[in-house]
Amino acid sequence: MAAHIAVKKGTFLAEVIEATPDGERLVHCLQCGSCGGSCPSGAEMEYTPRTLIAMINAGDRNAVLAANTMWACVSCYACTTRCPQEIPITDIIYCLKRMSIAEHRYHGTDAPALAKTFTYFVEKFGRSYEAGLATGYHLLQRWKPIELMKMGPMGIQMFARGRMAILPAKIRQIDQLRAIIKKSEELSKK
Amino acid sequence: MKYAYYPGCSLECNASAYDHSVRAVADLLGVKLQELDDWNCCGATEYFSQNELTACAVIARNLALVDPQIQQLVAPCAACYLNLKKTDRLMAEHAELGAKVNECLAAGGLHYDPGRVTVRHMLDVIVDDIGETAVRDKVVRPLTGLKVAPYYGCQVVRPIVDGDSTEYPMKMDHLFQWLGAEVVDYPVKAHCCGGHMTQISEPQAFELIRRLLKCAADNGADMILCMCPMCQLNLDGYQARVNSYFGTSYNLPIIYFTQLLGVAFGIDPKKLGFGKELVAGLPVLQAKLNGQTAGV
Repeated sequence: MAAHIAVKKGTFLAEVIEATPDGERLVHCLQCGSCGGSCPSGAEMEYTPRTLIAMINAGDRNAVLAANTMWACVSCYACTTRCPQEIPITDIIYCLKRMSIAEHRYHGTDAPALAKTFTYFVEKFGRSYEAGLATGYHLLQRWKPIELMKMGPMGIQMFARGRMAILPAKIRQIDQLRAIIKKSEELSKK
Repeated sequence: MKYAYYPGCSLECNASAYDHSVRAVADLLGVKLQELDDWNCCGATEYFSQNELTACAVIARNLALVDPQIQQLVAPCAACYLNLKKTDRLMAEHAELGAKVNECLAAGGLHYDPGRVTVRHMLDVIVDDIGETAVRDKVVRPLTGLKVAPYYGCQVVRPIVDGDSTEYPMKMDHLFQWLGAEVVDYPVKAHCCGGHMTQISEPQAFELIRRLLKCAADNGADMILCMCPMCQLNLDGYQARVNSYFGTSYNLPIIYFTQLLGVAFGIDPKKLGFGKELVAGLPVLQAKLNGQTAGV
């Protein structure tokens, strides 16, 4: 395996490598397609991971960050463990999600809204809050009351079986957690 | 054996059957679980989609809270397990990131040295630490006559697996063979349940759920055993909607592996959280284990 493959500074490839732990493995992609072939969501994707990696190499930044590939990913890691070149593909997908959200390049997906609602409650209570997540996400973030109603019968059964709490759980040291999160946001801006 | 215990948010309510059965089985096996005091949510996959440093810092707070006298932390939820394990590894292998995470923790008066805690899944603790002999010794109601489909899902076996296969794991298969069950060999046992996709794109999630139900049913399973609250919710909670979406009529109970383990150990099913699942598990157990399980 080549010890050093030069990556041109300032390219999109260099940017992705910089922002992904072990991202430097990207340069070893053989375009074998094991990732796309292993992906349970491949059929939903405009570009499979293999194609996306080729596009990263080609510097096609706009198309990559607007792709639906990342939002169809279910984080099953099948691509990652099957990649013969040990490229952390799922982590690269996470990196692209972060870039796409930061620059508002996504479209046609509610995944970023779900992520934001989820973490909103974690920062508020220190725990996830399913009842709040379901209502906040379907009504406030994506405004799809129909989707919430479709979940109704299941939600009622969950309540009836004591599987959904009306009130959120909260940790004692929420201020400590918030201080940690605040610091992480400050450091991320540097 | 003493372990720190991280239940995770799902096990507090939605997956309380998992929490109760983990605790009951651990108690019987002499595994001491000490719940992490004031633990916080692991963030599931949702922080990693927004900010990697925040994701790691939120997770690392839990690692930092582990009692200094305890080396191992048990997490039954697949997402919690992977997040804790992955963050420990990221901090160890990427010193710059590790230092930044500790800078965040310091804002809350905490510190974590990567490698200090070993993160374990409950299945690995039972199969590897307790082992076959001790497990067999506790069986009072063999599961003879019951066909089970062990379902591993994704994040316990990928990307970091603890002494098993990422493609075709066997640990849960072995465990239930020890208990006398007939273990169904079905090819999708480590395929994805759709994860949070039920909330984002139902057609995509429902297709993944359908494949699992179909494959387990086609191979003769009486029930599916799972080890993750997300998998349980998708396969059990959405089973009726998947049936109406595809015009199918699957009626497969989705039970936490620790619940059935508890049954084999003779623990009262009520203490194992039976009855919380939408597709009822006990009637199937009664029908299949009839004659030898008067208490079930």
